[in-house]
Amino acid sequence: MDDLLSEFLTETNESLDVVDVELVKFEQEPNNAKILDNIFRLVHTIKGTCGFLGLPRLEALAHAGETLMGKFRDGAKVTPEAVSLILSSIDRIKEILADLEAAGGTEPEGSDDDLISELERMSLAAVAGGAAAQDEPVAEEEGVASGGLVEQVLERPLRPGEVSLDELERAFREAEVEVELPVSAPVSEIEADAEMEAEAAAPPPPRAIRPRVREEEAAPRESAEKGEKKASVSSQSIRVAVETLEHLMTMVSELVLTRNQLLEIVRRHEDSEFKVPLQRLSNVTAELQEGVMKTRMQPIGNAWQKLPRIVRDLSQELDKPIELEMIGAETELDRQVLELIKDPLTHMIRNSADHGLEMPVDRRAAGKPEKGTITLSAYHEGGHIIIEVKDDGRGIDVDRVKAKVLERGLASEAELDKMTDQQIHKFIFHAGFSTAQNVTSVSGRGVGMDVVRNNVELIGGTIDLRSVPGRGSSFIIKIPLTLAIVSALIVEAGGDRFAIPQLSVVELVRVQSNSEHRIERIKDTPVLRLRNKLLPLVHMSQLLGVGPNNGGQEIESDTGFIVVMQVGSQTFGVVVDGVFHTEEIVVKPMSSMLRNLTMFSGNTILGDGAVIMIIDPNGVASAMASHASSVVAEGERKEAEEAMTSALDGQSTVSMLLFRAGSPEPKAVPLSLVTRLEEFEVSKIEHSNGRDLVQYRGALMPLVYIEASQTRRADGTQPMLVFSDAGRSMGLVVDEIVDIVEDRLNIEVGSDRPGILGSAVIKDKATEIIDLGYYLPQAFEDWFMRKEMDISALTKKVLLVDDSAFFRNMLTPVLKAAGYDVTAVTGPHQAFELLENGDAFQAIVSDIEMPEINGFEFCEALRRDPRFRKIPILALSAVVSPASIERGRQAGFDDYVAKFDRPGLIASLKDLFAGEMGIAA
Amino acid sequence: MRHNDNLAAGIDDTIQYVTVIIGGQLFGLPISQVHDVFVPESVTRVPLAAPEVAGVLNLRGRIVTAIDMRKRLHLPDRGENAQVMAVGIEHKGESYGLVIDQVGEVLRLSNDSMEPNPSNLDKRWAEISGGVHRLDGKLMIILDVGRLFGAMFEPMVAA
Repeated sequence: MDDLLSEFLTETNESLDVVDVELVKFEQEPNNAKILDNIFRLVHTIKGTCGFLGLPRLEALAHAGETLMGKFRDGAKVTPEAVSLILSSIDRIKEILADLEAAGGTEPEGSDDDLISELERMSLAAVAGGAAAQDEPVAEEEGVASGGLVEQVLERPLRPGEVSLDELERAFREAEVEVELPVSAPVSEIEADAEMEAEAAAPPPPRAIRPRVREEEAAPRESAEKGEKKASVSSQSIRVAVETLEHLMTMVSELVLTRNQLLEIVRRHEDSEFKVPLQRLSNVTAELQEGVMKTRMQPIGNAWQKLPRIVRDLSQELDKPIELEMIGAETELDRQVLELIKDPLTHMIRNSADHGLEMPVDRRAAGKPEKGTITLSAYHEGGHIIIEVKDDGRGIDVDRVKAKVLERGLASEAELDKMTDQQIHKFIFHAGFSTAQNVTSVSGRGVGMDVVRNNVELIGGTIDLRSVPGRGSSFIIKIPLTLAIVSALIVEAGGDRFAIPQLSVVELVRVQSNSEHRIERIKDTPVLRLRNKLLPLVHMSQLLGVGPNNGGQEIESDTGFIVVMQVGSQTFGVVVDGVFHTEEIVVKPMSSMLRNLTMFSGNTILGDGAVIMIIDPNGVASAMASHASSVVAEGERKEAEEAMTSALDGQSTVSMLLFRAGSPEPKAVPLSLVTRLEEFEVSKIEHSNGRDLVQYRGALMPLVYIEASQTRRADGTQPMLVFSDAGRSMGLVVDEIVDIVEDRLNIEVGSDRPGILGSAVIKDKATEIIDLGYYLPQAFEDWFMRKEMDISALTKKVLLVDDSAFFRNMLTPVLKAAGYDVTAVTGPHQAFELLENGDAFQAIVSDIEMPEINGFEFCEALRRDPRFRKIPILALSAVVSPASIERGRQAGFDDYVAKFDRPGLIASLKDLFAGEMGIAA
Repeated sequence: MRHNDNLAAGIDDTIQYVTVIIGGQLFGLPISQVHDVFVPESVTRVPLAAPEVAGVLNLRGRIVTAIDMRKRLHLPDRGENAQVMAVGIEHKGESYGLVIDQVGEVLRLSNDSMEPNPSNLDKRWAEISGGVHRLDGKLMIILDVGRLFGAMFEPMVAA
């Protein structure tokens, strides 16, 4: 195949992809002349080039298509049928091009009369009484289609001197086009064509990928820039063969390796004179690597080009109106990754359209707009790119997935019962779910999702899934920006070194039997308590079957490092003997003899020259799941239990004040709510207006008794708990203050008795937790009212999301007292419901530790929705660490407040609103 | 090497063999398939791999998969600290090193002296043997590289 032809093929394929996209756009906006111009110009160029190269079939087809589009330009009505017809013509052109490429430059046999006559018929119909001049090209084109004249050109390679007949015809056509469309056919393009013809064998005007993309995106600006664009593009960009870049990349990879080796040598010789020059070499190498990497970067939009067309076709086929929203098309990633991600993405979009979105009727019934939306977004995060495919459809039906899981024997009913919805969702990535027929009837999801997952994992990525029934699902793919060079953590296990890609490493924990992080066991399974979560552990040497005793023994030693890894939503710890450093490694594929090892994704040569195996996090994750499924399940069960208890206590211990009042059984109140512990001389207690009072700090403080039967002491001092708020205080009379304990607050038995929230086991004793919200108004009836009255004009609606009844009961009065109109709900689901129903809130206060959807996810979900992007959201958590605050900030929380920090919560809310008003003012 | 190649191909009925010794037995590899001979150093073990995979090593910037031929032929392990050599070969674009005990001379042998595998040859040996050459006082088994790898890949694909 000669260069000219291969240039043509590349160019034309690119153009056709653009045409696809543009046509779909055009169908939606038939009156947008710019889009039409753009399409027209592209098709025209294709036609012209085909004629020039002597490809009669293509030319005839393109011409007929162009004619029909010419009619649109003249004002003919744009019908979906016509667009479909043009699209199928484009498909045909693509087929011919593919054959052409395969055959090395010979056009395949065959006739396109079916399409051509259809196109002509439609053109004629479109004109009706229109321009008469249109008939001519049609007639002429028929001659070409039957074409004896081009056959001869095809039979021998193109020789510039001999194509004069073609050129003549081209000249005619060119002239004709110019007459037809003097205004809209972009002059520069025609010039380019003309130039190309003049130079005969010269390649078409060089147009690099990047400017081309810009050109599509900036369609509106295009005409303005047209004049200078041509000049700048041809002088500032060149086409480079992909192999050249690949080779360059390989060489740079080798350079990186050599640099690493040199660095390693210098590291051993402290005062080497090589140090400085090597540092420079290192910097230059890094820059070179970045530069070469950049040449391989392409906007992800390139992989998305076909999608609007696919969605359009699906939309017609399925009879569902679908809108495809694409965000972040300019996000760049390595072209190799780009190629590999194309198919999985297409697959997922199809899935979303086919199974995720409901039929219009159902959507209407569910109160959603008839038109379903699929949102495709991409953005960078760290060294990775995140791609999200989201639909606003029905979500995943957990029950049906469960039924299918049972039917397929993938898990037992008992196991399923213990799983969270999210764990169940993940079954759709299971290979057993891949048979299309079954799946469609199961959950409406999962057609080949295992294939998608495999493809994503193949390039070192992970895929995760979130689904809310009735609101849709989203698939989140996290992939490295490039495959060639990855950052890896070098660890040691069983005497060998291994590389773990940083992508999946969350953190490192050092364990020692006497430190706060120690390995504990459930039966024989090692687990680690990490920030009040149980992390299943596996020893790497055990996993890999290496090491001296090759059993569970070395884990007994309980010292070493734990590499906390996250794969999808699965988090686990891998125990290693040592951690060295991180190194940029060049991933080299393993020999095919080793490729059956799922535990490794490749190997590489380290700076010291040794070969090292690269751990595949996905392999480890699946090994963890299957290897010790029974034991791990136990761990998960424990985790689930903890999650349940944590639902109440925020997963951490709470300082509780234990006291006795009235009855002998202990009572408790969170210490942070108590302002002060006081003892008053009994003689100081006065009785006035039917209640007991003491003088306290210059004011009268009413005393409240927990139980009616309670009597205050006859002499000595009377202990009481003082609660103060905004200058008012209340004394809660108790018999005896027992203790202050740190314990989990786990209200196991609810209470119907007013004043008691329920009972919890504290210090191994059943303890009643008192409801402060009940007692405060006893002191001042208007405790919660007064300020509300004062600032009623300023009352803000606040949504409180907390799964724990205790905190809802506790915080609602607190917030009310501060003048907010509080609505409390039990979880994100209910919150979403309220928000969906259009309830407006000025702020949301959300717990972090909640089952199913945690606060971070809840907040992220809200922030993704443009309607809730601006609403202030406060995080409430029992765990307040710099890391969690940072995590909260990333999730989009405006502030992060400790759960018992009542004044902090109020102050924070005040700040939020103050800021808001400041902005408004 | 290339020169020898041509020689091997040029004369119809003789082939040059690189002879190696594995567990006392003489084997011959067609010289056209041998890329280099080296001493395997700092071999990295590959956990979970087939037993005959000795590991991977860095040979002048290339990663080579080392195959322990003693294991492959089900021969007893050579003791610790025993001298080993490796023969570098290419198979489907990948580099392998066959770890053997010792490399011998290069022999030019006529096809006349070659015989098919004796029918009673250990099946595991017959699997990778391309025939036997009768030499003076000893027998040389032809190592058929294609069959060697074929036999090694297939069971893995099944697994």
